[in-house]
Order: sequence, then C-alpha cells, then structure tokens
Amino acid sequence: MDTTYQIATQPEDAKQDDSAPVVGLKDLHKSFGTQQVLKGISLTVGGGETLAVLGRSGSGKSVLLKLVIGLEKPDAGSVSIHGQDIAGLDLDRIGEVRKTMGFLFQHAALYDSLTVEQNVAFPLQHHKKEMSKSERSARVKELLAEVGMDGHLDKMPSDISGGMQKRVGLARALALEPDILLLDEPTAGLDPISAAEIDDLVLKLQKERHMASIVVTHDLHSAKTVADRLVLLYQGEIAIEGTFEELRHSDIEFVKEFLKDS
Amino acid sequence: MIDENAGTAAGTPTPWPGLILMSPAVTSCKNLIVGFLEWFGELGMFFWQVLRAAVTPPFEFREVYRQLDEIGSKSLPVVALAGGAIGVILSLEARQSLTRFGAKSMLPAAVVFAIMDETGPIITALVASGRLGAGIGAELASMKVTEQIDAIEASAVNPYRLLAAPRILACILMLPLLTLAADFSGLVMGWVTQTMAEPVSFYRFIHLGFKGATFHDLLPPTFKTAIFGLIIGLIACFQGMRTQGGAEGVGRAATSSVVLSSLFVIVADVVLVKAILILFP
Repeated sequence: MDTTYQIATQPEDAKQDDSAPVVGLKDLHKSFGTQQVLKGISLTVGGGETLAVLGRSGSGKSVLLKLVIGLEKPDAGSVSIHGQDIAGLDLDRIGEVRKTMGFLFQHAALYDSLTVEQNVAFPLQHHKKEMSKSERSARVKELLAEVGMDGHLDKMPSDISGGMQKRVGLARALALEPDILLLDEPTAGLDPISAAEIDDLVLKLQKERHMASIVVTHDLHSAKTVADRLVLLYQGEIAIEGTFEELRHSDIEFVKEFLKDS
Repeated sequence: MIDENAGTAAGTPTPWPGLILMSPAVTSCKNLIVGFLEWFGELGMFFWQVLRAAVTPPFEFREVYRQLDEIGSKSLPVVALAGGAIGVILSLEARQSLTRFGAKSMLPAAVVFAIMDETGPIITALVASGRLGAGIGAELASMKVTEQIDAIEASAVNPYRLLAAPRILACILMLPLLTLAADFSGLVMGWVTQTMAEPVSFYRFIHLGFKGATFHDLLPPTFKTAIFGLIIGLIACFQGMRTQGGAEGVGRAATSSVVLSSLFVIVADVVLVKAILILFP
C-alpha cells in the first residue's frame, strides 16, 4: 500500500477516536557525544490532548520535540505519528508526515529575508499549489488575524518584537491545518502579559481545532494553564507524569523542588 | 594475544623509545587523517542527498532562476574586472619577454592562448570561490544557526532541494558564462595595453591572436569551469548547512568555504588540465 496515502488518511481516523495515540514515543534514547540526553523515554499523546514537558535547562526537552518531528534521529527507540514509525523514512516521505504537524520554534525561526506575510505563506506556497494567489493571500491574512498580527503583513521579522515573532511563528505552524502542534518554549523571554496572551491563544486554538499538542516549557504557570497532562524530565528520564495536581502532591524530592514556586 | 602493557612496566626496557616521543605527533596525524576522511564521507553523503533532491519533483525553478541572477549577473562586474586586470598584466609581461626573444609579433597569440587556456578559467573560478563561497557559506550558516533550515524541514520542505540544489546548479551553469566574460574582458584589456605601446587595430589583434586556434582551445578550458562551479557550490552549501555554534560558526563556515573551495578548484585544475591535454591533444 502507498505510504503517502496511509499517512494522509490517518489524521481523519485519529480525529474520530480521541483515545488513539497520535504521537507515540517508545524507549527513546539520544546522546550527543558522550552526553546521554534521553534515557528511555516512553510517552503517548492522544487526539485533542495537550501534554506539557517540563524540566531543567539542558534536560533534553527541546531534543524530545525535535525527535517527534524527525529533525533529530533517536539512537534507539521509536517515534510513531498516527501509528507510522518515522525513524527509517527519507526526507520526502517524512515530509508527508510533517504536513500533519506544526512546530513553533523557541526563537520563532522566521525566515529573515521574507516578510511576515511571506513567512506564513511559505508552507502554503509549497504544499497548497492548487490555491490561487488571492486565495493564499486571504488564508495568510486569516491566519495572521487569528494570532492578532493582521496589521503587520509587510514587516520584516527583524522589525517586530519577540512576542510578535512567536505569534507569526504560530500562524506559520498552523498554515497547513496540522493535527499535531509542537511548541518549544512558547512563552520564554516574553513579558507576563505577552506570555498570558500566547497561552490564551494556544488554549483558543486547541478548543477550536482539537489538536494534539506537546508544549515544552519551564514556565509552570503556562504549563498549568494549557496542559491536560504534564511530564517532568530529570537526568534524561521521566521523573513523574500526571496532572498538575498530581505533580504538586508528589513526594519525590526533585518534583517538590521544581514545583515549589507554583 | 598482544599485551598492551608490554614494555611499559617499571624496569622493563621500552622496545622503541622513539615511538613514545612521537606518539602525540602520531595521534594528531591520525586524527587529521580520520577527520579528513570523515569530512569527505559526509561531503559524499551530502552530494548524494542534493543529487536525489535535484532530480526528483517538485522542482524549485523559481529558486534556480533567482540564484542564476544572484550568482551570475551579480558576479559579472568583479569577474570582468579581474579578467581585464589579468589581460593588462599578461600583455605587459608578454611584451617584455617576447621583445627580448625577438618574437613581438606573437604577442596577440600569447595573450589569447594564456587567457583562454588557463588564466581566464582559473581566475574566474578563484574570484567566484571568494565571492560565492563566502556568500553562500555565510548565508546558509546563518540560516542554520538561527534554526531557519530546521524550520524549512519542519514545514515539510526538503532543504537540499530548496537551498542547496539551486545554488549548486546555478554555480555549474554560470561559471562557464562568467569565464567567457572574463576571457573577453582580458582580451579587450590586453589589446588596449598593446595599443597604448604600439597601436594595432582590435580586428588585427584578434585575427593574429586566434590564428591557428581551434574550438579545442576554447571549449574544454571554458567548460571545465562547470566542474569548478560544482566544487564551489557543493563545498559552500555543505560547509554552510553543517555549521554549529552561533556567530563564530557562521564566520568559520564562510572562511572554510572560501579556503576549501579555492584549494579544491586548484587541485581539480591539475587533473582537468592533464585530462584535457590527453583528450584534446
């Protein structure tokens, strides 16, 4: 059977059954040189569910997210998206899987030679070739309006603030209407008002679009606001997994230490 | 079974004391060779990825067109200037030498053959490796360290197809054309220099210069620069897209792109000159 066809149809199936894991990580190991970053991480995220991954700086949270989207390859273990193991796929085949995913980078990673409008139009230009120029332009405006950036179409990324860049990054991540949203430190480096606005935006999108989301953060307030379930990483392993309340009542010393300001 | 500690225990004479003295040098030499082989292996894999991306749809025609303009027309002034300067130098030097041997009438031919056969192509390639190596290397390295290349991949777009293949293809297509421009500029400036010392019409200069010349004298040396283009584009894209480490990494990528592409262009020229002499005697 053609794999492309399989991948294209699976998100629809996943939408029908929220309990089916959309993202599945099994016994993931990842090292950089002699440093072992992840030591056997296993997780699942269901349709419409938001998982927050917490941990200290350098605990491998961002690496975990890059493994999910295939930007890094695991040393051992498997990553499955809609039941499809992505480890052995080449760039073009994995591209088909990535069309069902949106990724917001920690520093937004906007294309610095393109305007805000062109940045959001980029995935549409490459994957929605059937769209006319006017349709594409309307869709970009709609996406930017959704994140409150519709008045900044012609600006360059260097001319807007960090919070605005994240909003544009979020609009770009949503362009292909993904089933899975991956957010790498969405509120890092933002003032409390901008951070709260981003959290509200993520909540609104989850309600409207019913996506599976993984949010990597060390902002406890943000994690508490947006996540259904939390995972705390410690020394490359999962220290604890559960709801915010479950984590708060944990007896594990590291967990208590981590959540003491919550 | 070999005892690794043999000869190192206290009181036991070392079989070859020189080996211990040499060991740091041997180790660094070994590391250098291993590093070089690893680099070559990764370059080969990178080339394979680019080749695969380039020959399979979707094709990035718009990006190729943009790079042809960026790499071709924007390099033209600097290449023409370098070619013109080489024409002046060759005319001045050849005039002095040929006058000494009573062969002044051979000056146009000396200038034409020197420019067409070797000087035009290699000067074009070296100027291009400076301009394009640094430009492509720094641009892609900057995209890499700011995660823009990861963002392209995350948007389900193949970065080898979008970034590397168009740049390499544009280098391959543009280097021969830039070489022709450098050759022409060199010939014109060679004639100007000659005319300032001893007036001669441009027609006569060209007529004397190309007397006895065949297409074999022009085409193989010009088209060999397509291989120089491949080397420059490939190394610059490779060094740029594998960069790590912020602004310092961007600087390192730009420098290494220029140094390595210039070096490999010169090494490739040795092989290509010999091959051309064998194939087009």
